[in-house]
Amino acid sequence: MSTASTTTTGGTVDAASAGGQQSAVARAAKRAVLRRRGAVWAARVGFALLVLGGWELGARTNVIDPFFYGQPSGIWKSLINLFQSGTEFGSIYANIWVTMQEALIGFAIGAVAGVIVGVALGQSRFLADVLGPYIKIVNAIPRIVLGSIFIVAFGIGTLPKILLAAVLVFFVVFFNAFQGVREVDRNILANAKVLGASRLQVTRHVIVPSALTWIIASLHSAFGFAIVGALVGEVLGAQQGLGLIIKNAQNQFDPNTVFAAMFLISALVLVAEWLIGKLEHWLLSWRPAAASEASNAI
Amino acid sequence: MAEANNGRIEIEGVTKRFLTPRGEVFTAIKDVSFSVEPGQFCAVVGPTGCGKSTTLGMVSGLDRPSEGTVRVGGEVVDGITDGVSFMFQADALLPWKTVLANVALGPVFKGASRSEAQTRARDWLRRVGLAGFEDRYPHQLSGGMRKRVAMAAALINEPKILMMDEPFGALDVQTKAIMSNELLGLWEQSRPAVLFITHDLDEAVALADKVVVMTSSPGTVKAVYDIDLPRPRGSVQEIRFEPRFLELQHMIWDTLREEVERAYARTAGGPVQEGKAA
Repeated sequence: MSTASTTTTGGTVDAASAGGQQSAVARAAKRAVLRRRGAVWAARVGFALLVLGGWELGARTNVIDPFFYGQPSGIWKSLINLFQSGTEFGSIYANIWVTMQEALIGFAIGAVAGVIVGVALGQSRFLADVLGPYIKIVNAIPRIVLGSIFIVAFGIGTLPKILLAAVLVFFVVFFNAFQGVREVDRNILANAKVLGASRLQVTRHVIVPSALTWIIASLHSAFGFAIVGALVGEVLGAQQGLGLIIKNAQNQFDPNTVFAAMFLISALVLVAEWLIGKLEHWLLSWRPAAASEASNAI
Repeated sequence: MAEANNGRIEIEGVTKRFLTPRGEVFTAIKDVSFSVEPGQFCAVVGPTGCGKSTTLGMVSGLDRPSEGTVRVGGEVVDGITDGVSFMFQADALLPWKTVLANVALGPVFKGASRSEAQTRARDWLRRVGLAGFEDRYPHQLSGGMRKRVAMAAALINEPKILMMDEPFGALDVQTKAIMSNELLGLWEQSRPAVLFITHDLDEAVALADKVVVMTSSPGTVKAVYDIDLPRPRGSVQEIRFEPRFLELQHMIWDTLREEVERAYARTAGGPVQEGKAA
């Protein structure tokens, strides 16, 4: 702190010329960063053009059969059609909303339940030992099949889709929360106990924040599972939703609409991912910046 | 819950055994007895793996002895001992809380209101020379600064007993000396009993009133030395050149060396040279 307090006249001149040099270096560095960013974007666009152009070309020359595999121009037309004239099951917005609703509610239920059960089991060795093998067994079951049971039990409304999404999300979040609790630093735990923290205080101040890094990491993949749960539920039986549009298009041998719905879904997932990223940034703002964010090697 | 109202620690015939994952019994410490008077600074030195940390765990009530008793303030330790604070070699600070919130944890756990806890935490941060750093996160501080935060966090509840498990073990030599001086300064203000674990004999002699030398696996008490260097000690760097310091240091090292060599031979996998050590 006291290094910069004494400067002689000569020192100031030196500092000024050093500053000039530094700004020149900084300008060059900034140019290099911009150049690199430009190259990356050009390559990205080029890659997309190559894949889509190749596909379109293949379909037009019949190397790729558009009857089975669709073609980009057809997918684009289907997309426009979906938005302009809607579907047999109402407007595309209504269908997107139904699917998103199912996924979001399922995601919320599954994530909250996963965190609660994970934190509880992570703290009790006995419970963890007792339930451990059963959790492994349940985890080994292809849970997507539960969708059939939920449809039979709860009809073709939104409830079975929410349940399916919640079950898929639960396990992802649960395992991470459980592991996160297990990874809590022993010294920190001992310290909190010696300072007089009650069990609840230990959970609130130490265990949950510590496991949060793990939990948040799981939310990224968990949201993908929520969408999968909602879609599969809809394919199995529904009155509305993107899954139903896909199933319907499949029955009409219309691969272009299947792809169109697929792209819509991936766009929605990307938006959700971005939001979860924001949440992560806000909740984990205490963390030191990752090496890649902190500095950019030239 | 034992009240550490006068902070006298009595460890009597304590043995601690662990069951290893393979089902073998491992004796960490065996028949350890010593006591620490209220306000006394007691250092425990010994080779790696002599059960020093195990002893601390039992005084704090985090762990129970297999045999023997630990008394604090005349009462047998059962559950977390009241009026005890801990300082570890690794940071026990919560990385997601600011410096202020970390120091305020002690009063918060004891049921103080948020504003009262923060007022006291500010006062303690000022005492350890960290005023102005309240809103930083631990990872934004240097190792020495984090130690000061840990010290404020450990002392804010005004413990009767302060337990330190190689608190400065991970610091560089200069920072370690500075932190030792600051610890002595703070300790002289409130005079808790201190149980200070280290494997640095110089540090032990410079800081403590009493040095307990332990043998390794199983850990037993080999000898206890009273350090009669006058207090206040002043700078720990300078006390090292006092003739009495050197005298005590040599005397204790003679006892300790044998144990260190034996422990080293064991961990290094070399043959134990009994004759040479004796």
